[in-house]
Amino acid sequence: MPPTARPLLEMRGIVKEFPGVRALDGVDLVVRAGEVHCLLGQNGAGKSTLIKVLAGAHGVDEGTILWDGEPIVFADPQAALATGIATIYQELDLVDGLSVADNVFLGHERARGGITRDADMNRRARELLATLGHSEIRPTREVGSLSAAGKQIVSMARALSRQARVIVMDEPSAVLDPDEVDGLFRVVDDLRASGTAIIYISHRLEEIRRIGDRLTVLKDGATVAGDLSAKDTPTSELITLMTGRTVSSVFPRRSGSVPDAPPLLSVDSLGRTGEFADVSFDLRPGEIVGLAGLVGAGRSEIVETIYGARRASSGTVTVDGRQLRNGSVDAAVKAGLGLCPEERKSQGLILDDAVYRNISLASIDRFARYGVSGEAAERSAAHEAARSVDVRPDAPDRIIRTLSGGNQQKAVLARWLLRSCKVLLLDEPTRGVDVGARAEIYTLIRQLADSGVALLIVSSDIEEVLGLSDRILVIADGSVVHDGPSDAIDAGGVLDRILATHDHQKEDVA
Amino acid sequence: MTSVQDPSLTVPTPPKGDRGGNVSIARNLGLVIALVILCVVAVASAGDRFASTDNVLTILRYSAVVGVVSIGMTFVITGGGIDLSVGAIVALASVWATTTGTQAMADNIGWIAMVFSAVLVGTACGAINGLLIAYGKIVPFIATLAMLASARGLAELIADRKTQIIRNQGFTDFFGAEPLGIPVIVIIFAVVVVAGWFLLNRTTFGRRTFAVGGNPEAARLAGIKVQRHTVYLYALLGMTCGIAAVMLMSRTTTGSSTHGTGLELDVIAAVVIGGTLLSGGRGTVIGTLFGVLILTTLSNVFTLNNLSTSTQAVAKGVIIVVAVLLQQRIANRKT
Repeated sequence: MPPTARPLLEMRGIVKEFPGVRALDGVDLVVRAGEVHCLLGQNGAGKSTLIKVLAGAHGVDEGTILWDGEPIVFADPQAALATGIATIYQELDLVDGLSVADNVFLGHERARGGITRDADMNRRARELLATLGHSEIRPTREVGSLSAAGKQIVSMARALSRQARVIVMDEPSAVLDPDEVDGLFRVVDDLRASGTAIIYISHRLEEIRRIGDRLTVLKDGATVAGDLSAKDTPTSELITLMTGRTVSSVFPRRSGSVPDAPPLLSVDSLGRTGEFADVSFDLRPGEIVGLAGLVGAGRSEIVETIYGARRASSGTVTVDGRQLRNGSVDAAVKAGLGLCPEERKSQGLILDDAVYRNISLASIDRFARYGVSGEAAERSAAHEAARSVDVRPDAPDRIIRTLSGGNQQKAVLARWLLRSCKVLLLDEPTRGVDVGARAEIYTLIRQLADSGVALLIVSSDIEEVLGLSDRILVIADGSVVHDGPSDAIDAGGVLDRILATHDHQKEDVA
Repeated sequence: MTSVQDPSLTVPTPPKGDRGGNVSIARNLGLVIALVILCVVAVASAGDRFASTDNVLTILRYSAVVGVVSIGMTFVITGGGIDLSVGAIVALASVWATTTGTQAMADNIGWIAMVFSAVLVGTACGAINGLLIAYGKIVPFIATLAMLASARGLAELIADRKTQIIRNQGFTDFFGAEPLGIPVIVIIFAVVVVAGWFLLNRTTFGRRTFAVGGNPEAARLAGIKVQRHTVYLYALLGMTCGIAAVMLMSRTTTGSSTHGTGLELDVIAAVVIGGTLLSGGRGTVIGTLFGVLILTTLSNVFTLNNLSTSTQAVAKGVIIVVAVLLQQRIANRKT
């Protein structure tokens, strides 16, 4: 169904203030029925606030919202839902302890006089799940037991159950594998065909090209460009709009060939029962090795085992010729390893602490005398490290929770730079990081490698892994299925290797 | 609409299917086994004295007071909160219901006035807790700690630290009756258990309780009025405290500011042993029932064997730790 003439939803000049910050500073948005309208913008551009405003979770200070041409005000989330706007949040908003059906009907349970009609809800939920192509998810199943992709489907079923005319999706592909993303897009196509409008928020430009009809770019809380064509607008223009800077190439060029020095890190037949087995590779100083694979293949587990955060059941890790004690992070760090974990917020940062303290976290001993910490020295060294990676804003006393994802990641990198570590393990270094900061992190990684640090990178973004690494290991179901130079293989080849393993397994089972 | 089954999109099935909200059958089975073992030990050590109808009724009578409040507490804890003031609320309710004023009213209208008074006071105290927590944004631990102190203090003031004896014969007759051999308060306990189970598992109120406790932000964004619901939960607990106060009044024929001392510990222990998670979002009325029975049977066994209350206290502590450790092991295995 082609987009109709009069817009379904229109936002004009929306302003939203919180104490101390103007989160939205003049947002315009026009969405038509039956179109997929993408919303682009860096972290901090105001996307999350805008979503909450649409969902009725925040009020508006200035500006108007028009629905079907009529001005409308959302007093609370229920009002927005009743009007016909359903939202699927990035941090999934499901209750783990309730069943799939309960979650689908959360807030609008099918009940008579307060007594829930479970059979009715189960039946209706089953129908919705089948529509989404997932009839294998039982409506009585506890949501806490589902994978992230499964939870996403439940979130979508909930949006469908509201019979919404506009569905807002906030980074829906962030937790999905490439083939699950295909499934997501099939659903989006179906919704579009039935006349529902989708507001699709994503960092991934390739997805926006694939699925989007039109797009709007936000920067610093305001619309800098609205109603552009999603397929035809050039990437460079989009990046310039989002960041205000021009960005030439994505991946920095490698300086030269890798020095022929003895390996800094040697992993030999490393294994953990039930997770991965027989992983072996070497890392030379200045070399970047990438681990590519699907979510759940075991890459994070491998990295955490090398780091000592998990105990290996077999194999060894050697750093600079000395074997590391199994299962000891302390030993690994003392030997010169550093880890930037996958879940930055929960595993890498003390969110409510200052920036400089997060950076000096691994080096406090250096600045302490007889257990008493040397605050001044610690702070200035951390500040230096923060400046060297360009953490913005340049305020080391700020609580790190207030920084954007990209700057938080740079702070974690600074932590290991302060320690002058020899081997850096990076697990999904650009997840949740916007396009502008991503380029900065790539440059940082390249600089580190050029200065002699050995780097191991895990990423679900195959292009990213191939672009950054010198050598690439493809991991599928806990084993290494390919080991070779990164310029000898492309994204298609990587996927082929992964799927080949799956096919083998199916044959074994049959 | 396409509905192609794509195997690569298939979400893996968990080892054991679970009905949303209810704790798994396995966990309840564990509690039943624990209770059975306790009874076996009891019979082995005290024989006829334990197994007699009289003794079983005594256990049930003691269970009734703790049990009724535990059902209410199950709701509050499942909803993500906690309430330390239940003992004090019971005391205040019992004192208020037995003042000369209320008893005079009871002489005129009937003993039902005393019941009303106790339940009303209990609900009001609970509502105050709820308002402080939901709208005042005071952490439940602190808000109910404050209520604990003030309610008991108020009870002492009203009763002038004297025990208030119930003169109304109608009241004592009704609650002392034993239709079909079962004491009235045990019947009331049973009704509360059934009503509680129904409310938690078969109504929108119950469903929203799980949501508010499991993920309050998700609940809010789904359109649930989280703050209002929180007040209801605490008011509900307060109401069960009022009912418990009436039961205590009937058992002791008095209202006193010393009633319910230490009740909160027993209640929370029973709920935790039963399998409801302190972190909220998961709860079970049947589990709480077993938790209560296990605790009261344990006390009974100790008393029959002439073991001191101190030994009992130590045993209670050990059981709580064991119960929670087991819960964590089971929870880790499921995910």
